[in-house]
Amino acid sequence: MKFEGEHLLPGQIGHFFVLLAFVASIISTIAYFTASRKKDLIEKKYWIIFARYAFVTQLISAIVIFALVFYICANHYFEYMYAYKHASKELEPKYLLACIWEGQEGSFLLWTIWHSILGIFIMAKSKEWEAPIMSVISLAQFFLLMMLLGLYVSADARLGSNLFTLTRNEISGPIFSQPNYLTFIKDGIGLNVLLRNYWMVIHPPILFLGFASTIIPFAYAYAGIQTKRFGDWVTPALPWALFSACVLGVGIMMGGKWAYESLSFGGYWAWDPVENASLVPWLILIAGIHTMVIYKATAHSLKASYLFSFLTFIFILYSTFLTRTGILGDTSVHAFTDAGKAINIMILLFVAVFTLSSMILLFINLKNIPAEQKEENTSSREFWMFIGSLIFFLSSIFIIAKTSVPVYNKIFGTKIAQPENIEFSYNKVIILVTIIIGLLSAVTQYFKYKKTAPGFILKKIAVPTIIAAIITALLAIFYPLTYYKMGPGFLGATYVALFAAIFSVIANGTYIVTGLNGKLKVAGGSIAHLGFALMLVGILISSSNKKVISNSGANGINLQISGKDPMTREADNPQENLTLIRQVPVSMGPYEVTYLKDSFSNEKGRRFYELLFQRKDAITKKVIEQFTLWPDVYIMKDNNMSSNPDTKAYFSKDIFTYISYAINNDNRIEDTAQFLMKELAEGDTTFYSNGIIILNRVIKNPDNEKYHFKATDAVLMADITLISKDSMHYKAMPIIEVDEFGINQIDDTVYAQNLYLKFAGVTDGKKIKIGIKESDKLIEYITLKAYVFPYINLVWLGLIIMALGIIMSAVKRAKLSTFYGALAIILAGVGLFYMFLLANN
Amino acid sequence: MLTFTLNFTCMKKKHIIILVSIAALIVALIIFSAGDFSTYETISSAKNKQGKFVHLIAKLDKTEPIEYDAVNNPNFLSFYAVDSLGGKTKVIFRNSKPTDLEKSERIVMQGKMQADYFECKDILLKCPSKYKDDQKQLEKTITNQQDSVYK
Repeated sequence: MKFEGEHLLPGQIGHFFVLLAFVASIISTIAYFTASRKKDLIEKKYWIIFARYAFVTQLISAIVIFALVFYICANHYFEYMYAYKHASKELEPKYLLACIWEGQEGSFLLWTIWHSILGIFIMAKSKEWEAPIMSVISLAQFFLLMMLLGLYVSADARLGSNLFTLTRNEISGPIFSQPNYLTFIKDGIGLNVLLRNYWMVIHPPILFLGFASTIIPFAYAYAGIQTKRFGDWVTPALPWALFSACVLGVGIMMGGKWAYESLSFGGYWAWDPVENASLVPWLILIAGIHTMVIYKATAHSLKASYLFSFLTFIFILYSTFLTRTGILGDTSVHAFTDAGKAINIMILLFVAVFTLSSMILLFINLKNIPAEQKEENTSSREFWMFIGSLIFFLSSIFIIAKTSVPVYNKIFGTKIAQPENIEFSYNKVIILVTIIIGLLSAVTQYFKYKKTAPGFILKKIAVPTIIAAIITALLAIFYPLTYYKMGPGFLGATYVALFAAIFSVIANGTYIVTGLNGKLKVAGGSIAHLGFALMLVGILISSSNKKVISNSGANGINLQISGKDPMTREADNPQENLTLIRQVPVSMGPYEVTYLKDSFSNEKGRRFYELLFQRKDAITKKVIEQFTLWPDVYIMKDNNMSSNPDTKAYFSKDIFTYISYAINNDNRIEDTAQFLMKELAEGDTTFYSNGIIILNRVIKNPDNEKYHFKATDAVLMADITLISKDSMHYKAMPIIEVDEFGINQIDDTVYAQNLYLKFAGVTDGKKIKIGIKESDKLIEYITLKAYVFPYINLVWLGLIIMALGIIMSAVKRAKLSTFYGALAIILAGVGLFYMFLLANN
Repeated sequence: MLTFTLNFTCMKKKHIIILVSIAALIVALIIFSAGDFSTYETISSAKNKQGKFVHLIAKLDKTEPIEYDAVNNPNFLSFYAVDSLGGKTKVIFRNSKPTDLEKSERIVMQGKMQADYFECKDILLKCPSKYKDDQKQLEKTITNQQDSVYK
């Protein structure tokens, strides 16, 4: 059958380039591997040139594939499965890139492209290390591209999934038996509404650049063994490791910021398996960076550097395995898809090949790797740095061991599930780690390599210790941590951790001034430590003092909450959702919140809710502060919804709110109540079921907070006051307008009293006809959750300082010129400041 | 015994620290977490473990009404869940109603079984809409497109 309206050419070109890239990756792997083993320099050179051609071919192919996928999605060619699944016509153009990396295949493609681009830098810069490094990268490319191949090896087993498969080949349905099936496919499924956020555009590329770049320290470690130059690789690998740590760290926290500001998880970190899976390689990478620095300074810790460099990338692959094979299915809020057996086996193979080969290679060569025989002195810097690295490494193992529970269940058939309070089960261990790391990162740099004179340390850190203790004590008095939930032991540990983190901020700041005499060029490490410690301070304060202000206890509507649950006889857990009826102010924490109105946006099904927050003076009742938040929801077919929070950011705190329930369409079913007509003169009073209605006066062409009419208009407004039985006063202002089109009435509604008021006309006797309608179908409400996050900006500020510190170290270690170094730091600084602190405020 | 002590003194400080830390890690993992871990249960096995924190994997019982009235109490949801082994229980979730509940194919609930209901602390829904790779769902969607009125 000939199908109508299909655009098959881009797909055919795409198929060709996928194959070309795959073949090129095989050739470059083999050629680079051969080159790395050739002793003869001329022969080696020829192999390298050959391999470069293959690798560049592969890079160009990957970029062409990317462009084609973009083209297909941008033009809504729904004959392609990928466009059908991930694009849709109403999607804003800014999300087109997000469509590409929403899917499994697209994110592998992104990873492939980053590997290729990094490969070009390696070719240009790594000199004699090129062949072994590039053979590792090419091999990884082989695995990644294999997952994009989509070749059938037998009737039902497919090698990877192709980006250019056709919808009609992938799904069966009666419409595909007609040649004009495309006319029936009105729209694609589109980007998951949860992902429609600008972080979805920017977070995946950064995170994948972080993932991709961890292969370089791995490859250098391999090159060290392969060339038998066991220690030489550390110097060139270190700047790459720092680059990777910076990008991966920023990428992880971008995920946190995204979760915080646009997903309704109520925080930036939840120890979710997906978060853990990317944090673990970062922790190991940081451990590796420290052992590499130790090796460069003292020749100690080379074996540990090997191990950590290998493990970083191995855990990146293991994370891929965890998050892409659907094995985490029941444990994570993230939606996972089981991509099919063939892909799962390939991912497993990818992990196994890199893990086994590197670990076996390391084990065989363990004896050959030189180690310093003399033991580190306990008064040496390298000793304490090593301890710090070890703590990082062990905590990463702790985290991944806990995260891997679903894997044990799969292997051993057990039914272990995460504990009741998942976050606390991590926090109670990590808080101890925080204490140790805070103290170590504060003190260690005051030690000298090899040996430090006794008494030197105490003299140097006495002042920072005292300052930190004073600040912590002042905080405890004036701004105490209020995390009582887990008992005094944990609160105590939190205070100790807070002290350790503050101590680290101050000690590092002092070290930059006194230890390094303010020489910023060499201060990268201290700045990074300072940023990290500041981030810890922010994390400790914001998580300890996070408060739910949408507590139902404060809600006038919700009276039955009495502290004890009538069924369980247990104390009520805080009920965190609050229902707001339209236009009825409700007090929430220090604020009085009113749900004013809702409005639709251009996007299908997206609705914004206007919430007015007012803080009033307790005595004078004057509004001292007010702001409006616009949380929104996507209401989809079948009454599904997805919620996007809105945040009011102050320097010292964020007010964070999102709609937890907003579907009340049932309440908008046809209203059968009728208007009851009353004739009133100015000053007259009439009754309704719940009180009295007073017509104060009639105003011509009103110009007030609600209406703005000119003197030339022909408008009458009834100024009405309602007094309900509970002696609440409400204002209503229905109007009647005469213009060239005729008579036009704008009714007013008093939601709190379920009352419609209509200015129906003027009688001959100069009385006003007011229509009154009482309805029980009127209530419009939303249910929301609101938090106050104090000092969350410290988290982002700390992250930015840490990232800049790491970049400064990388610039110094890579011996970049001052110009390029400064350029990198300024660009990164401006970008990070904008993204984390300005973009949303 | 003597050799052991000798060996021990010969060991580098670093090795001792590594060993001690690994021991500490194992202690952290076992002692800190052992009692903590919960288990996946069926409804009937959970009924035998009343008051214990468990994870239930079940489905919404569509023959029973879902009770949720956000105006009266936004923090009270009750519905019935059934599992593949025929167990059935009332569920009370003191929070806002997850909006995909009716559409969900599978519900992972965490909480404690009480005498006549399951006190749920947390709900994780597995919905077909989130599973774009679900073949059947795609087939349904694309077939419906033919006659659906799309606004």
